[in-house]
Amino acid sequence: MKKISSFLSITLLSLLMISCGEDDTKTKQSKTGGAMASNAAERVYVAPGEHDEFYAFISGGYSGNLTVYGLPSGRMLKEIPVFSQFPTSGYGYSEETKPMLNTSFGFVPWGDSHHPDISQTNGETDGRWVFINENNTPRIARISLETFETEEIIEVPHSAGNHSSSFVTENTEYVVAGTRFSVPYPQEDVAIENMKGNFKGPLTFIAVDDEGHMKIDFQLKMPGFNYDLSHPGRGDSHGWFFFTTYNTEEAHTLQEVNASQNDKDFIAAVNWKKIQEYVANGGGEEIDAEYAHNVYDHETHTATSTMMNKVLTVDPRDVEGAVYFMPTPKSPHGCDVDPSGEYIVGNGKLSTDLTVHSFSKMLKAIENKEFDGEAYGIPILNFESTLAGTVKEGGLGPLHTEFDGQGNAYTTFFISSEVVKWKLGTWEVLDRQPSYYSVGHLMIPGGNSRKPEGKYLISMNKITKDRYLPTGPELEHSAQLYDISGDKMELLLDFPTHGEPHYAAGISADKVKANSRKIYRLDENKHEYAALSEDDTKMVRNGNEVHIYMTTVRSHFSPDNLEGIKVGDKVYFHVTNLEQDFDVPHGFAMIGANTSELLIMPGQTKTVTWEPKKEGVWPFYCTDFCSALHQEMQGYVRVSGKNSNVPLKWTLDGE
Amino acid sequence: MGLAIAASLLLTSCKDNATSAEATSSTEEESVQVESNKGQAYIEDESETPNALRIALGSEDHTTLVTAVEAAEVQNALVNVGPLTVFAPTNAAFDALPEGTVEDLLKPENKEKLAYILTNHVAPSNYPIDMLEKNIKKGRTLYMASGENVEVSRDGEDILVGEARILGTVKASNGWVHIVDAVILPKNK
Repeated sequence: MKKISSFLSITLLSLLMISCGEDDTKTKQSKTGGAMASNAAERVYVAPGEHDEFYAFISGGYSGNLTVYGLPSGRMLKEIPVFSQFPTSGYGYSEETKPMLNTSFGFVPWGDSHHPDISQTNGETDGRWVFINENNTPRIARISLETFETEEIIEVPHSAGNHSSSFVTENTEYVVAGTRFSVPYPQEDVAIENMKGNFKGPLTFIAVDDEGHMKIDFQLKMPGFNYDLSHPGRGDSHGWFFFTTYNTEEAHTLQEVNASQNDKDFIAAVNWKKIQEYVANGGGEEIDAEYAHNVYDHETHTATSTMMNKVLTVDPRDVEGAVYFMPTPKSPHGCDVDPSGEYIVGNGKLSTDLTVHSFSKMLKAIENKEFDGEAYGIPILNFESTLAGTVKEGGLGPLHTEFDGQGNAYTTFFISSEVVKWKLGTWEVLDRQPSYYSVGHLMIPGGNSRKPEGKYLISMNKITKDRYLPTGPELEHSAQLYDISGDKMELLLDFPTHGEPHYAAGISADKVKANSRKIYRLDENKHEYAALSEDDTKMVRNGNEVHIYMTTVRSHFSPDNLEGIKVGDKVYFHVTNLEQDFDVPHGFAMIGANTSELLIMPGQTKTVTWEPKKEGVWPFYCTDFCSALHQEMQGYVRVSGKNSNVPLKWTLDGE
Repeated sequence: MGLAIAASLLLTSCKDNATSAEATSSTEEESVQVESNKGQAYIEDESETPNALRIALGSEDHTTLVTAVEAAEVQNALVNVGPLTVFAPTNAAFDALPEGTVEDLLKPENKEKLAYILTNHVAPSNYPIDMLEKNIKKGRTLYMASGENVEVSRDGEDILVGEARILGTVKASNGWVHIVDAVILPKNK
């Protein structure tokens, strides 16, 4: 306690000193800043009908989703359902999308999404896909930037707390998954106190093919530490991946104290190219595993879930020169690699300093065997040998760093609630701006690639308090937009975000918007139950299951009068939207359905089930104000008694 | 007739760029509005089935109608999500009106009257031929966007809307376009 308070007072003192030292420049800045501040509104103003310059894909945290924003306006453009059921569109409720949420634990309707990352080619964001990880039930999803829909989810076996994920290598060869909560490997019934030395923290390398499809290539059986965040090497360090660890103490209880005992934890440097070669040559051991691989097909408009039962595991000690530990102070959180690939930044979250390792020094230290012992057979490199520099007194509680491509880095400090700009190579602090409040992650479009687009930075804050009109005890989190094109950062805009954004990924709108789909083509619709014209509509009974092949077009359902349904039936409404016009969705809602509505895009088929419990005549209707005659877009289902003999009959306009 | 329209549609799709460029430049002169605030009529539309406005723009037989639509500034109504059914009088249909009528209607002071006449040619909802035939059978009139009800009847093989004879039909992305040989004059104005 004493130690902490003296540490705090030193920091506070140094902060005071810093602000004294900067008094002069600050006044100057506020003079010019005054004029600039007055046009802040202009600089984030996107005139009605105009488009934003950047897309920002912001993690939805415990919403399980991904939100799409425009920058600099801060306008939310879409919420994309990923790991959670989403009644708005029927995702996770419709028969076609329920398989997307299938796991080895069965149907999991919710997830905790974390770190979106855009696919890269030659180390630059390429606008094909966004990957995002789920922390709670370890999974990685791939979202298409043509359809802005989740196309694939792969579960990560033998893992728990998939946090150091879902970052991609510079040609999207791999997307990685980690283990924040080490566990028995494979799972078994053991006493928790046996954790130390027995639990493992596997790092999983998932290969991505040209179509984006994911396949687990290998799983690296690492010691049972907590793997927190990661980033790939780029440029010269391409072929390596770096993971921060904490709790190298391997504490299994009261970690807020017990996991902070070691002065330094590690950044694990993994030479994945070496391991890739090793497994390609037959290395590794295939072990039992159980994990779901869920793929959505845009032609059948249907997802399939396949249970996989094997995974290739690699013991890092079996591949010489593949894995090293770099000591890094104070339970590092963010693990960020600069655009050149030379600097690996460890954000020691209980420190005031940032530790920067040098990739070239690391290679030299490996060559010269400058080791400082080993951990479970993995060599620990000498701290001084890999150290490039230290950013001193950056602030309190560094979490995460991004880059502007101009030789500068920007780090968030949670405890001192600020964003700090510093210079790569000299490690001097250039600027600091408060965030409101307690910033977690930050994002510069392309800021974790070889080519950052260093015009704006957004900070994603954990605490909101009084930033907006109060909405009771529960508040949305706040984000701030800074202009970073000048010497000093300028705060331009403050906007609420959805869920808890743990990270975001940004990209020039020009790289994405031309590819955005407008409709699904009806002539490509291969859904098993599609009715591609009104002539194809019908009702088919199969025992107590009744399948209704239904269509929508402005402004009616076909059929819109249905008879012959009985109490106790399970009714499948397979609704095809016959529209082939941009932005003409139709909705479908059935009174008393224990599922959700459907929102069906042009050319798409979706299915919802309904189990009528009462006799009567029950209406359904279109939920999306589709047209001038939307209010007329409705129909009736007649439900007869269990033992009735009313024949199946489906009509539109009496025919 | 139907074939001729289909042929002109094919031509339209080839000429698309030229047409939309013209449309843009003419409105730029009229206003200093933000480019994208001109309305739905100017959204780039890639769907294979053109909307009712694009069908009219692409037809050589409907230049008078297009002129009238532009003069009355009802373009956006023709690209609305609809659904709508447009009865499109040919140039000959306009020529058949008493001499001077069209010129008179195109004068700025008659814009409202012109718009009323044009909306008397638009029925909200989808009315393909078989639906019009059903209307005749069931004695249902057509409710036009002008607010007037127009009778549908049969004359031999032909279908009449008011006094106007349907010459051909084209499916539009936002409804249907029936080519007619006469202007459907409103009863009220």
